Amino acid sequence: MAITTDRGPATTPRQDDDAWRGYVPGPWQDRIDVRDFIQRNYTPYTGDASFLAGPTERTTGIWDRLLEMFPTEREKGVYDVDATTPSSITAHAPGYIDQGNELIVGLQTDAPLKRAIMPYGGWRMVEGALRTYGYEPDPVVGDIFTKYRKTHNDGVFDVYPPDVRAARSSHLITGLPDAYGRGRIIGDYRRVPLYGVDALIAAKKLERVELDMERSTEDVIREREENAEQIKALGELKAMAATYGYDISGPARTGREAVQWLYFAYLAAVKEQNGAAMSLGRTSTFLDVYLERDIAAGVLTEEQAQELVDDLVIKLRIVRFLRTPEYDALFSGDPTWVTESIGGMGEDGRTLVSRTSFRYLQTLYNLGPAPEPNLTVLWSHQLPDGFKRFCAQVSIDTSAIQYESDELVRDQCGDDAAIACCVSAMSVGKQMQFFGARVNLGKALLYAINGGRDEITGKQVAPVAMPVGGDVLRYDEVFESFDRLLDWLAQTYVDALNCIHWSHDKYAYERIEMALHDRVILRTLACGIAGLSVVTDSLSAIKYATVRPVRDETGLVVDYVTEGDYPLFGNDDDRADEIAVDLVRRFMEKVRRQPTYRDAKHTQSVLTITSNVVYGKNTGNTPDGRRKGEPFAPGANPMNGRDSHGMLASALSVAKLPYADAEDGISLTSTVVPSGLGRTRDEQVTNLVGLLDGYNVSSGFHLNINVLNRETLEDAMEHPENYPQLTIRVSGYAVNFVRLTREQQLDVLSRTFHAGM
Amino acid sequence: MTTTAFRPTEQAAQRDRCGAPIVDLTVPVVGGSSVRSSAGTAGLDVSEAERSERFAQMRAGELGSVHSWELVTAVDGPGTRLTVFLSGCPLRCLYCHNPDTMEMRRGEPVLVDELLARVERYRAVFAVTGGGLTVSGGEPLMQPAFVSRLLRGAKERGVSTALDTSGYLGAHCSDAMLGDLDLVLLDVKSGDPDTYRRVTGRELQPTLDFGRRVAASGTEIWVRFVLVPGLTDDVENVEAVARYVATLPTVSRVEVLPFHQMGKDKWEQLGMKYELEDTRAPEPELVDRVREQFRAHGLTVH
Repeated sequence: MAITTDRGPATTPRQDDDAWRGYVPGPWQDRIDVRDFIQRNYTPYTGDASFLAGPTERTTGIWDRLLEMFPTEREKGVYDVDATTPSSITAHAPGYIDQGNELIVGLQTDAPLKRAIMPYGGWRMVEGALRTYGYEPDPVVGDIFTKYRKTHNDGVFDVYPPDVRAARSSHLITGLPDAYGRGRIIGDYRRVPLYGVDALIAAKKLERVELDMERSTEDVIREREENAEQIKALGELKAMAATYGYDISGPARTGREAVQWLYFAYLAAVKEQNGAAMSLGRTSTFLDVYLERDIAAGVLTEEQAQELVDDLVIKLRIVRFLRTPEYDALFSGDPTWVTESIGGMGEDGRTLVSRTSFRYLQTLYNLGPAPEPNLTVLWSHQLPDGFKRFCAQVSIDTSAIQYESDELVRDQCGDDAAIACCVSAMSVGKQMQFFGARVNLGKALLYAINGGRDEITGKQVAPVAMPVGGDVLRYDEVFESFDRLLDWLAQTYVDALNCIHWSHDKYAYERIEMALHDRVILRTLACGIAGLSVVTDSLSAIKYATVRPVRDETGLVVDYVTEGDYPLFGNDDDRADEIAVDLVRRFMEKVRRQPTYRDAKHTQSVLTITSNVVYGKNTGNTPDGRRKGEPFAPGANPMNGRDSHGMLASALSVAKLPYADAEDGISLTSTVVPSGLGRTRDEQVTNLVGLLDGYNVSSGFHLNINVLNRETLEDAMEHPENYPQLTIRVSGYAVNFVRLTREQQLDVLSRTFHAGM
Repeated sequence: MTTTAFRPTEQAAQRDRCGAPIVDLTVPVVGGSSVRSSAGTAGLDVSEAERSERFAQMRAGELGSVHSWELVTAVDGPGTRLTVFLSGCPLRCLYCHNPDTMEMRRGEPVLVDELLARVERYRAVFAVTGGGLTVSGGEPLMQPAFVSRLLRGAKERGVSTALDTSGYLGAHCSDAMLGDLDLVLLDVKSGDPDTYRRVTGRELQPTLDFGRRVAASGTEIWVRFVLVPGLTDDVENVEAVARYVATLPTVSRVEVLPFHQMGKDKWEQLGMKYELEDTRAPEPELVDRVREQFRAHGLTVH
């Protein structure tokens, strides 16, 4: 599918000779087409990192102010909350960290780290979070969102069928965005600096004319209403910027304006939506065009260009949402997934790496490591060596980069794609997803063995089926039951997602984010599976060894005694890996058979963020010897400690999972100690580049690299105060280690620490 | 095939000195072992051939006793490598951290073609990482016919090769085999013959001879020296290694590997007596001193 050829609607952006001075003209001037602008105007950079500038005193001063506030926030859970003002693009007065010194301005509320309430997703979530942190919910606001204004959460529960409720409450389907914002929508924030808001409004009005020519059927009516909301949101964006003293109705004229306009657009989104992932897109090489023009004109120095990027990143680092502790336990820490995709190759063979791609990574040195923004390198073995080496060096120094295969992403979504959240690739401004969390495959297998009963409660959740009998589990019999159960699960799961997204569109529509999309977009229904390696190893045990079920007095299988050797996922052993590949294909096929809301395209991910701990907690003993409550491996990772043939062999097992059947991403997390990469720093960088290339040419999709010592993590558990910024990567996401629960910290520790790789 | 190089009486004497049991170096009993190492040979088809056929295959070098394989980076040579650990070793190093590779009978019978299929699988990885195949052990030169075929097969596939050896069985390395090697990782366990005997239960001289032969052939060498406090750390012992290594013109690096206790559990699991129970990892100062000793001879040391 070539999304990139699917151009946006024709429009007449304001011809602003001053703003576009010196730019190569093209179709981008006649309609909204950011990619065309980038392709005609960017300068690929193939050099090394030596041009970069360190932090200025000004930058450090601003960051230090925030550093002083973080301990209080960590201690209390939140720094401050505005408990009475439901957030909107224009709800809060302007806020500053250090007004006189900020180059890029704008905060979600009127003060840094002060969180806003966003009740459209659901009032209970807001109420629960406020009470947790010692704030009394405002009774008037409570009344509004319980009596007068229906929320997304209320909407979903009005339409869920009983099967969905049962699967949900038994933790077979979990993490569903039915009480919080779905997120994973990337507004094309670059459109605001390139065209200015007025041109975007004009384009949306043109879309409205198209819609008005259609008959008023349900789909068309909905689109018209959405279009009206988008236009209102764009107006509010302008009004919000005006409160900071900026008129963003026209295009940005300088590098600083481009960064500011772009940030205002993003800020509007995070003022309005508490989405599970509020990703930024692919902005570095776009902004590079502006920064390089100013540098060439002699009005901006490298140091000043870096300051603008540093300032933007400071803002992105303090995006905050008010969430409940249960939510944080599911997602680990307090994530916002401000994912920014960097690098990659263009369809014409030129690299999309620019100097500003380096500048974004440099923020990890200038400001110190941090999980946000979630810097994601689109890696290709074809990338210029200087950039590869800089990435590897930053990884070794900070662990704060994740890698996705640019080869696979470009093939799927074109060369103007970005990652939403952790591993979900989408063509920017032309594609959005209906986030669908995931089903627990481990539990599904146990249900299959138990005729649809829950292995912990004994309750009948899935339709009644014949439990698997006999003293020894027979592979064919188990597999047949499992396959049938997955049929039911796929149906129930897609039903749940259709309900959720219908309601989300209706009650918590992402007005500003969708205003920064084309009218005709590709929607994907992003399903997901958890526990892939547990099920693979369990099926392998049943197939290759002898597994005896242990039944309780009611006949429920509650444990397994496994004898003999069997192949394990994560050792580049085709016997085990084939089982995993089949599972991915099989479930995807079953999902594809289900009708989807708004004709969304079915996709799936093998990703669990850090919720692998929660999934494991709710799952009984499994035939692979995993004990009840023990965490699953994160994402597509092999089970902890079972990958015994080196980090790359483990990765190559994962690389076999077909991306075509997991287009929403396949996540792998690996941890190494620096000495495991080489004797000298130079050798370490070379070897990490080699590993990333090796995984890339083997069709590996995603890789988190943690380069750490076990001792460092242990010490951080004992003395969190000494490691306020310690960042580790887990399944698609970098988290602040000291903010993980102790259980999660132990899980990270118990994962294979590859002493050598 | 490997020969009975040592008389039983010698072995008995060594057993008394070293603690580790020593098995007879007759034709290895491959397979049928009750102790299977975890997932060492995962992904490799283990030969199901009959016993007599297996012996014939081993003599021809078509079948080997393999402990495990691993994809490693930054150890065992440059880049990312497929390291194949073969079973069986004539030495009984007190500090051995892989005592489960000492006895050939503990390995799994694997056909050389099976391993070469895996080499083939990782060719793209070797190409982009600058890696290749490393044959390690145990002592790979206990199975010279097998190793020869393996290295030849790798070279035929354009894959870079390395051999990780103590050099004690260097005489088993034919000139043809040497010609198929791009790198030799030579483990010089001590410079003083008495210390060498105390550490390994064997003689130093074959190692010295082999190193000179490798150097004379122009093949690159990385020297490894395991630093064990109270055992190999004597200034003179280190000095003797350094002096010797400095005479080998193709040595490009020396790796001083500080002793660690990670192998301890394996000795216990195997029911073998471990003599270094109370030995601690060397202090950083000691490691520095030893590295400096090598550097003083103009060597590149890590």
